[in-house]
Amino acid sequence: MPTAASDTAQAAASAQAAASAQTTSSAQTTSSGQTTPSAQAGDIVIDICGVNKWYGAFHVLKDVNLQVCRAERIVICGPSGSGKSTLIRCINRLERHQSGRIVVDGVELTSSLKGIEKVRREVGMVFQDFNLFPHMTVLQNLTLAPVWVRKMPRRQAEETALHFLERVRIREQADKYPGQLSGGQQQRVAIARALCMNPAILLFDEPTSALDPEMIKEVLDVMIELAEENITMVCVTHEMGFARTVADRVIFMDGGEIVEQNTPEAFFSNPRFDRTRQFLGQILKH
Amino acid sequence: MPHVPDALAPLACPAAPCSDTPCARPAEAFVPSPALPPPPSAVGPLGWLRANLFDGWFNSLLTLLCMAFLAAVVPPLVSWALLDACFTGDASMCAQSSGACWTFIVHKFRVLMVGTYPPAEAWRPALAGVLLATMVGCTAWRRLRAAALAVLWLLLPLAALWLVGGGAGLAPVDQSQWGGLMLSVGLALVGILVSIPCGVLLALGRRSRIAAVRALCVGIIEPVRGVPLITILFMASVMFPLFLPPDMQINNLLRVQIGMILFSSAYMAEVVRGGLAAVPKGQTDAAKALGLGYWKMQAFVVLPQALRHVLPSLVGRCIALLKDTSLVIIVGLLDFLGMAKAASQDQQWLGHDAEAYIFCALVYWLLCFGMSRWGRSIERRTAHRAR
Ligand SMILES: Nc1ncnc2c1ncn2[C@@H]1O[C@H](COP(=O)(O)OP(=O)(O)OP(=O)(O)O)[C@@H](O)[C@H]1O
Ligand SMILES: [Mg+2]
Repeated sequence: MPTAASDTAQAAASAQAAASAQTTSSAQTTSSGQTTPSAQAGDIVIDICGVNKWYGAFHVLKDVNLQVCRAERIVICGPSGSGKSTLIRCINRLERHQSGRIVVDGVELTSSLKGIEKVRREVGMVFQDFNLFPHMTVLQNLTLAPVWVRKMPRRQAEETALHFLERVRIREQADKYPGQLSGGQQQRVAIARALCMNPAILLFDEPTSALDPEMIKEVLDVMIELAEENITMVCVTHEMGFARTVADRVIFMDGGEIVEQNTPEAFFSNPRFDRTRQFLGQILKH
Repeated sequence: MPHVPDALAPLACPAAPCSDTPCARPAEAFVPSPALPPPPSAVGPLGWLRANLFDGWFNSLLTLLCMAFLAAVVPPLVSWALLDACFTGDASMCAQSSGACWTFIVHKFRVLMVGTYPPAEAWRPALAGVLLATMVGCTAWRRLRAAALAVLWLLLPLAALWLVGGGAGLAPVDQSQWGGLMLSVGLALVGILVSIPCGVLLALGRRSRIAAVRALCVGIIEPVRGVPLITILFMASVMFPLFLPPDMQINNLLRVQIGMILFSSAYMAEVVRGGLAAVPKGQTDAAKALGLGYWKMQAFVVLPQALRHVLPSLVGRCIALLKDTSLVIIVGLLDFLGMAKAASQDQQWLGHDAEAYIFCALVYWLLCFGMSRWGRSIERRTAHRAR
C-alpha cells in the first residue's frame, strides 16, 4: 500500500540507516583498534557507577561499574542467577538500585517519576517471554505507547507501526492477537513494539531463550539487522554466535559482579579469568 | 477388539510390538484407516436416552422418580396458570374461576411498575425505561463505539433522574411517590454504574505503594464487608441523619442509594482485586518499559485483562445488587416486591398473592438471566484475546 505518508516514512528510515552506517563503521574502527575497550571514547549514554542492589539480605549487584557509548552493542552473559536481568532492569528502573549512580542519556535515575518516565521513553526493552498485551491486536500493541506516551496522531502511529512490522517481516499479522502467533513471531512483534517508540537504547533480556531453534534464527536475524543502526544495544543472551558477529564488547558477570569485559575476539580466544574460561567451556560445548 | 487396518497387512512388520524391533515400513505405505461409524446404540435419540437418563440402575431410578414428580406437579400447574386462568374481566370473574387471576396483574400493572407515581406523568418513567432498553440494545448488538457507550451509560442515570424527578420544564414529582419496578431498576442501575468504578479504585488503592492509601482502602472495604446489607441500610436511613447538621437534608432514597453503593463497592473491590492479582507481572513491566504512567498502564493494560478475568463474578455481583434492592422495603421504600405485596393486600383483590409473587419472580428472573447471558456473550466474544 504505497501511500505518500508511508513513502516518507521509508525515506526517513533509509536516511537514518545511512547515517547509522557511518557512525557504526567509525565506532567499529575505534573499538577494533583497541585491545582493551574502554568507554572513554565517544559520548556515554549509559553510565553505571558503583551500583549496589540487595533483595532483602541477598546482595545481587555488587559495586557494578559499566559505561556504554552511543551506538555501542554490548552483550552480557553469565551463569543463571548472576544478576544480568537485574542489572539491565535497573537501566530503565524496573528495579531500583540502592546505592551508586545510574545516568541514562543525561538523566540520573532517582525516585523522581519525571526522570524515570523520561528515561523509559528513550529506552526500549524486549523480554524473554515477549510480554505482548494479549487483549490487543498486534497493531494496537504497537501504537499504544506512541499514541499515549509520545502523543503521536493515530494515523501516523499506525503507519510507523506497519513500517516496523514490515522490517521484522510480519506485516500481514497486524490484525491478529498475540495468542494467535508463534513464539518467534511474538518476539518480533515485541521488538517492533519497542522500535515504534524510536528509542535511543534497546535492552534485550534473553530474547531467544523461550524459543524453539528455528524461531531463534528468525529473531536473531532481526536483531543483527538492528545492530547495523544507530541504536545502543544491551543484550543479555547466551547466543555466542550473535555476540561474536555483532557485539562491540562482551561482558561476563558472575555472582553480581562484572568479572571481565573485552572485545568478542579477545573474550572468546583469550579470556583472562579461569571463571570465564570455565563458563565458556560449558556454554560452547553445546 | 484390536482392529488391524488392511493397509498394514502386506507389510513386513513383525507381529510383535514394533517398539523393540525397528519397523522397516516405508514411509509412503501408511494410509490412515478410515473412521468407522460408532455402533448404533451410541447415537440417535435412543443412544441419547441411554447415555443421559438410563445409565445404570441408580440413574434409571432417579429418572423414573423425577418423571413421577413432574407428572404429579406439572398438569395442575398448567391448568392453574393457563387453562383455568382469567386474563380479562374484573375481580368478580376472578373470584369464580379456580385458576390464576392474571387480570389482577393487568389491573395493577401501573402500580407494580411505577408505584404511586402520578398516573398523568407515568409516561416519563416509561420513556426512561425505553431509553434504558435502547442502551441495552445498543450495547448488546454493539451499535456504538466503546467510548460513546461509556459516556451514554453515565448520562443515562442523569437523564432518567430528570425524567422521573422532574425540574427544568417537567413538573417535579416527589421521591416519596417513586416506587415499583422503576425504583428497583433505578437503584440497581445507579448502584452498578457507580460501584464498579468505586470498586476498581478501592482495589487499586489496596495494592497502592502508598501506605496511607492502602490503609484507607482496607479501612473502607473490610468493615463494610463485615456487616450485612440490612445493617448498612438501617444505618443509612436512621443513623446518618443523626450525624449530619440539622439543616443538611439528604433524602431517604439518596441515603439508601449511598448505602447500597458503599456495600456493593466493597464487594466489587474484592472481586477486582482477584483479577488484578491474575495479571502477570510481565505485563506491567512491559507497560512501564514503554513509558506508560501509572494511570495509563492501569487503564489500557492491567484493568482490561483483570476485569475480563473476573467478568463472571462481576456479573454475579451486579445480579446480587439487583436482587438486594428488594431489601429497601425495611426502610420504608416500596420497590417492585414491596409494591407486589401492597397490591395483593388491596381489599378489592384479596387472595392473589401467588400471582403477584410469580409475576415478580418472572420479571426478576428475566432481568437476572439477561444480565448473566450478556456476561457470557462478552466472555465468548473476548475469548481469543486471553492468553
Ligand atoms: N524479586 C526478587 N526477589 C528476591 N530475589 C530475587 C528477585 N529477583 C531475582 N532474585 C535473585 O537475584 C539473583 C539474580 O537474578 P537475575 O534474574 O538477575 O539473574 P539472571 O542472571 O538474569 O539469571 P537467568 O540467567 O536465570 O535469567 C538470583 O539469585 C535471583 O534468585
Ligand atoms: Mg534473567
